[in-house]
Amino acid sequence: MAGVSVTFTVNGREVTATVDPRTLLVHFLREHLKLTGTHIGCDTSQCGACTVHLDGRPAKSCALLAVQLEGAEVTTIEGVAGPDGMHPMQAAFKEHHGLQCGFCTPGMVMMGIDIANRHEAPDEATIRRELEGNLCRCTGYHNIVASIAAGASSMRG
Amino acid sequence: MYPFTYHRPASLDDAKARLSASEDGRPLAGGMSLLPTMRFRLTSCADLVDLNGIEALAGIERGDGHVRIGAMTRHAAVVESPEVGEAIPALAALAGSIGDVQVRNRGTIGGSICFADPAADYPAGLLGLGATVNTDRRAIAADDFFTGLYETALEDGEIVVSVDFPVPARAGWAKFGNQASRFAVVAVMVSLSGGSVRLAVTGARSHVFRVPEMEQALAGDFSAEAMDGIAVSSEGLNEDLHADKDYRAHLIGVMAKRAVRDALAQ
Repeated sequence: MAGVSVTFTVNGREVTATVDPRTLLVHFLREHLKLTGTHIGCDTSQCGACTVHLDGRPAKSCALLAVQLEGAEVTTIEGVAGPDGMHPMQAAFKEHHGLQCGFCTPGMVMMGIDIANRHEAPDEATIRRELEGNLCRCTGYHNIVASIAAGASSMRG
Repeated sequence: MYPFTYHRPASLDDAKARLSASEDGRPLAGGMSLLPTMRFRLTSCADLVDLNGIEALAGIERGDGHVRIGAMTRHAAVVESPEVGEAIPALAALAGSIGDVQVRNRGTIGGSICFADPAADYPAGLLGLGATVNTDRRAIAADDFFTGLYETALEDGEIVVSVDFPVPARAGWAKFGNQASRFAVVAVMVSLSGGSVRLAVTGARSHVFRVPEMEQALAGDFSAEAMDGIAVSSEGLNEDLHADKDYRAHLIGVMAKRAVRDALAQ
């Protein structure tokens, strides 16, 4: 099958590649760009470990073809830290122990940033509802919810 | 995935030309159902025609007595739309109950109704609100659009352009969702317009259906109690590990009442 050329932006850097049309975005990120922070948890588009921001909104990178990204802007977990270190949401996950094995964490942090972007002061019920698409099999969610609430608070500064 | 040729048309005419030139072409909308299904090799196509670059297919307009939603309008856009929220809040509630945040950011109304999953939400929205599906070649009433399990009245190469929803006097949405997949175990859309009632159920059979006994009772008295004593037969209802057919039949009664109460609360 003929390769298709695609150009898009990942973490502020323009990327051009010729890919097999079957290549999923998550495989492109991990295998072509070596951005392995985005995880593959379920392979059935349910777990949210592969969540990235596509044009500013969270999307599951296992349910997108890389060739669909022409002209798009993608942000992965590698792209959220600033020059001064961790993103406030990452710092909140560290401070509040919002992870155990850490596998779902990249998706949780990307989703947490989006929740904070859309809700000024998200309460527990809001955070739990908004996390419908992100599964964690270790923590029972308690500290993830606490981390996102704290991260949202520090993002508002 | 089995291999395919990817097409990125910039216009509806371009998409139509590419589909008609292919022996085995398929449009790609949000891809929230189609791409996972292709990944599992449950389906395949020779030519995948991506509609995501066709701006004219997305958008929401308030018309005279109806709301028009473009086929490539994402669920999140319907949830956030002031026009939908003001005219048909039950439709915004339906869109907000689909999948999860990530899915609502990509999934589209056109993709949902064309895929015609037996547990999808939008088919109940279209049938319960009496919507009309506009394609590149004709207008199809919702009553005629959904024809079977994953089957619609669309012809080969026919592309859905938009859906027109008449603005009802009242409408309500109630969903009993699967805790893992968020698909409907049973969900109901009910609407009242000029004394006539439509009540549509998804998740319970091969495809969405209306319940005439409930509609007649509600036409005389639009209240949850009006449906007391109306039992939906479990014959022919879906059974799976989440719910047997008797449980689904019971849920139809419960969800119908909740939908009516939701309509009365608005």
